[in-house]
Amino acid sequence: MADTDTATEEAEEAPATDEAREALLAELQERLGDAIIDSLIKPGDELWVRVSTEGWAEIADVLRHAMNFLYFDFVSAIDWMPSPFGREMDAEVDLVLAAAAGEAEEPEAPGEMEQGYAGGDTRFQVFGRVLDVTDLRGLIIKADVPESLEVPTWITSYPGAVWHEREVHEMYGISFAGNPDMRNLYLPGDFEGYPLRKDFPLLARRVKPWPGIVDVEGMPGDGDEEGVGDASATDESEAAQ
Amino acid sequence: MTATAGSEREQLAYIAAKAADSRVNVELETEGMTLNIGPQHPATHGTLRIVAKLDGEQVISADPVMGYMHRGYEKLTEVRTYPQVTTLINRIDWLGSFANEVPFILAAEKLMEVEAPPRAVWIRTILFEMSRIANNLLGLGDMAAQLGAVTPVFYAFRDREYVLNQVEAVTGGRFHPNFDRIGGLKDDIPAGWIASTKDSMIKMRQAADELESLVFGNEIFTTRTRGIGIIPAEVALEYGMSGSNLRGSGVDWDLRRDSPWGLAYDQADWKVWTHPDGDSYSRAWVRLQEMREGTYIVDQLLDSLPSGPVMAKVPRIIKVPEGEAWVETENPLGAMGYYIVSKGDLVPFRVKIRSASFNNIAIVPWVLKGVYVPDIISILASLYFILGDIDR
Amino acid sequence: MISSLSTVLSPVLAVEIPYWGQTSLRVLGGLVAILLPAGGLVYVYLFKMMSFMQSRLGPMEAGPYGSLQLLAEVGKFLQKEDIVPAKADRLVFLGAPFVVLISTFLLLLAVPFGPDAWFVDLDTGVYFAMAVSSVSVIGILMAGWGSSSKYSLLGGIRAAGQLVAYELPMILAVLGVVIQAGTLNMNEIVFAQANGEIFGFGGIGNPYILTQFVGFAVFLIAIQAELTQPPFDMPVAESELVAGYMTEYSGLRFLLFFIGEFATAGVFSAIAAVLFLGGWYVPFLEPEHNLYNVLGPLVLMAKIFGVAGLIFWFRFTYPRFREDQLQRLAWKFLIPIALVNIVITGVLKVVF
Repeated sequence: MADTDTATEEAEEAPATDEAREALLAELQERLGDAIIDSLIKPGDELWVRVSTEGWAEIADVLRHAMNFLYFDFVSAIDWMPSPFGREMDAEVDLVLAAAAGEAEEPEAPGEMEQGYAGGDTRFQVFGRVLDVTDLRGLIIKADVPESLEVPTWITSYPGAVWHEREVHEMYGISFAGNPDMRNLYLPGDFEGYPLRKDFPLLARRVKPWPGIVDVEGMPGDGDEEGVGDASATDESEAAQ
Repeated sequence: MTATAGSEREQLAYIAAKAADSRVNVELETEGMTLNIGPQHPATHGTLRIVAKLDGEQVISADPVMGYMHRGYEKLTEVRTYPQVTTLINRIDWLGSFANEVPFILAAEKLMEVEAPPRAVWIRTILFEMSRIANNLLGLGDMAAQLGAVTPVFYAFRDREYVLNQVEAVTGGRFHPNFDRIGGLKDDIPAGWIASTKDSMIKMRQAADELESLVFGNEIFTTRTRGIGIIPAEVALEYGMSGSNLRGSGVDWDLRRDSPWGLAYDQADWKVWTHPDGDSYSRAWVRLQEMREGTYIVDQLLDSLPSGPVMAKVPRIIKVPEGEAWVETENPLGAMGYYIVSKGDLVPFRVKIRSASFNNIAIVPWVLKGVYVPDIISILASLYFILGDIDR
Repeated sequence: MISSLSTVLSPVLAVEIPYWGQTSLRVLGGLVAILLPAGGLVYVYLFKMMSFMQSRLGPMEAGPYGSLQLLAEVGKFLQKEDIVPAKADRLVFLGAPFVVLISTFLLLLAVPFGPDAWFVDLDTGVYFAMAVSSVSVIGILMAGWGSSSKYSLLGGIRAAGQLVAYELPMILAVLGVVIQAGTLNMNEIVFAQANGEIFGFGGIGNPYILTQFVGFAVFLIAIQAELTQPPFDMPVAESELVAGYMTEYSGLRFLLFFIGEFATAGVFSAIAAVLFLGGWYVPFLEPEHNLYNVLGPLVLMAKIFGVAGLIFWFRFTYPRFREDQLQRLAWKFLIPIALVNIVITGVLKVVF
């Protein structure tokens, strides 16, 4: 975890269990009951809590008004669907277009959808973070987004969420029930599509193939060290090919 | 859009007091006017646009319109390898570029469970703090310029060079160093750098003193900023303001002290400055104090700089293991965080960039209600945003 | 009174100058008297002093030390297209810069350059100057309204409010001088200063800055506001209103506003020099001396640059007030001080 020299206390305090976060989680479970579906604690790092869609506004309300989590950090969303365009990094030609023309193989089929920490059932998830700046506690809250692509808003608890929700709305198409201002924040008003969804092609890459990784070949003089790494890197040699 | 009951009352009282000044207008039932401030306007240093509805010179409502500089970094990061991403995110807050790289690199290191060697951590912290010094200095000079004093901004630009020269000596780039690497730094510092940096820190302290007497000692500056744009702590918190702006509202929260993960801030003896007023003046004042405090941090870290390598052993091709990581650091403009979701690939699966100015500027509709047109400028200048940091 | 220039020039040229010649000479003299200080102020203060104060060099390429930069700028502006916004009130928009410039020329009429050198010798010179200085307000309002731009409108309205508010302290500040000199004629005010005595010591005359220093300070602040220069530059506040009432102007008309601003600074400095610094008079040279016909304008020029130096020093140093703060300063601070100054002057005048 932390550098032993820089954050000694932090490192000592990072055992397998994390009492402060356990306590926070227990308190949340007590207050919210079934609304908390899943959770994950990385000791000394972070607490992830996944709530039900209905619980998304409730947990914000509880944290803000009952538990002194006054600080609003951010709200965002994530699209868990693997990109249908394959790993565009490696493509020296546009694989999708080239395959259609019969000049190249189809891009490798995207893998299964796989949600991250604290699990999930839907393609989209919203997540956000709030903080208690007096006791220095914080947590990341996640919630599944149902088919209707509508979740409750946070602005009743945290007015600062309004722009974040607008951004999520235009980037993912997820709307927030109760937020009166759902205009586009960055994009032109007549923009079609939701840019941060995985099935939204990055046009810059479509029209002009990316050179990909250009310097995989060994640099002069360091050929001996090629691929030498420490234990944490398990499969760099495959990637180097 | 409503704050809690208490602060709403405060705000209403403030508006009422302001409205009393222009009672004549109210009685005449004058027609409102919509004023577009920006996107091409000398005061918005970038392309922020504020649609202000005015009654005379009083603002009825102000609605910022962004996106003129939206570059889609969150999408672009998804097709770039981790080392390539740092080049990109350098351009978020272009006045404190090195500070942009650090939280991203730290988050990636967290996922990879790599530790940078102590020397790298120290140099990282020093460069991080130097970008804060340069950034705050320019912010203050710019604020003076927005308030009509033409001269301090030139001093700010001149003195900032002392820091930028030092940054350039290490990284090769004045603005966009792209120097931070997963597992350490690209290079060690050059010979003689420690002494010259200490010299430049002395110059920065002189610059801070000069700016203090030139700007903060000026009665007109005081009358223009004291009691203007008051943001109570409670409101600042729930809008997610951070950095000097939050501490200018009296909230004692600094990630450098409270979450020094991966940086060497706990190795120096320094103070977190706050100001209880929450007005334009206090925000600028905190910014000045933090700039000066930053020079002391740099001095101390230079004294205790450990020896050793600056790069840990990391694989040549960086593949980040599957997982999620969130790292937030106290950047010059405020708290900046990266939420990285990795699928064990060469490229990140999703990067959420939480930039400071985006949250800092979200308060604009709230705080500009009821002020006069000149105060729009002084409040925006005191909030000190960078357009790249808003639009990303 | 006959024209000053003809009196000066007739003996030199040994010819009677016809009326049309006199008129042409007056126009020429007026242009020189306006443009020479204006160009000088732009170069010395805007280009050079401001640059040095801001630790930079300023223009260096055009001519020695960039001294011809202004000519290059004029050439640039003359080449630019004279754009009139589509929805502008065309006549009003086009006429506004000239109205502002006319105000400057009218102001100049009352200023004496030497014991025999003036354009018109007005017995009510001070009164005339104060009156015509308000003409520029009309031009600025015309520019603000005619541009059909919101920034221009705000700037024009701000300017109108500000200029009207600062007429009063300016007049009140001058009244002290008028009481002390006992005349409204500017040239006679200079003579009064030249022949005056301070506590029986008449060696350096009695420049009224010594006895009327409060009036001088108020007058300086007021002309700073009249010139819409920082800290009172809200009408053209660059960071708020882009360029205020000048926003929509380009080419020649912008140049007229620009030159007009500095020309007015020069003329107001001249008035301040005449009223408070002894005008064309230098100590130890009696005012009836013939040398003043040559020396007078030069002395006045030096004093203009002195006063303008103060004005521009403030301009480059201070941030800007807000309009309500500016009005507060005028009504609650400057006007009472000026009134007290008048009362004290009047009492002392009667006593001594």
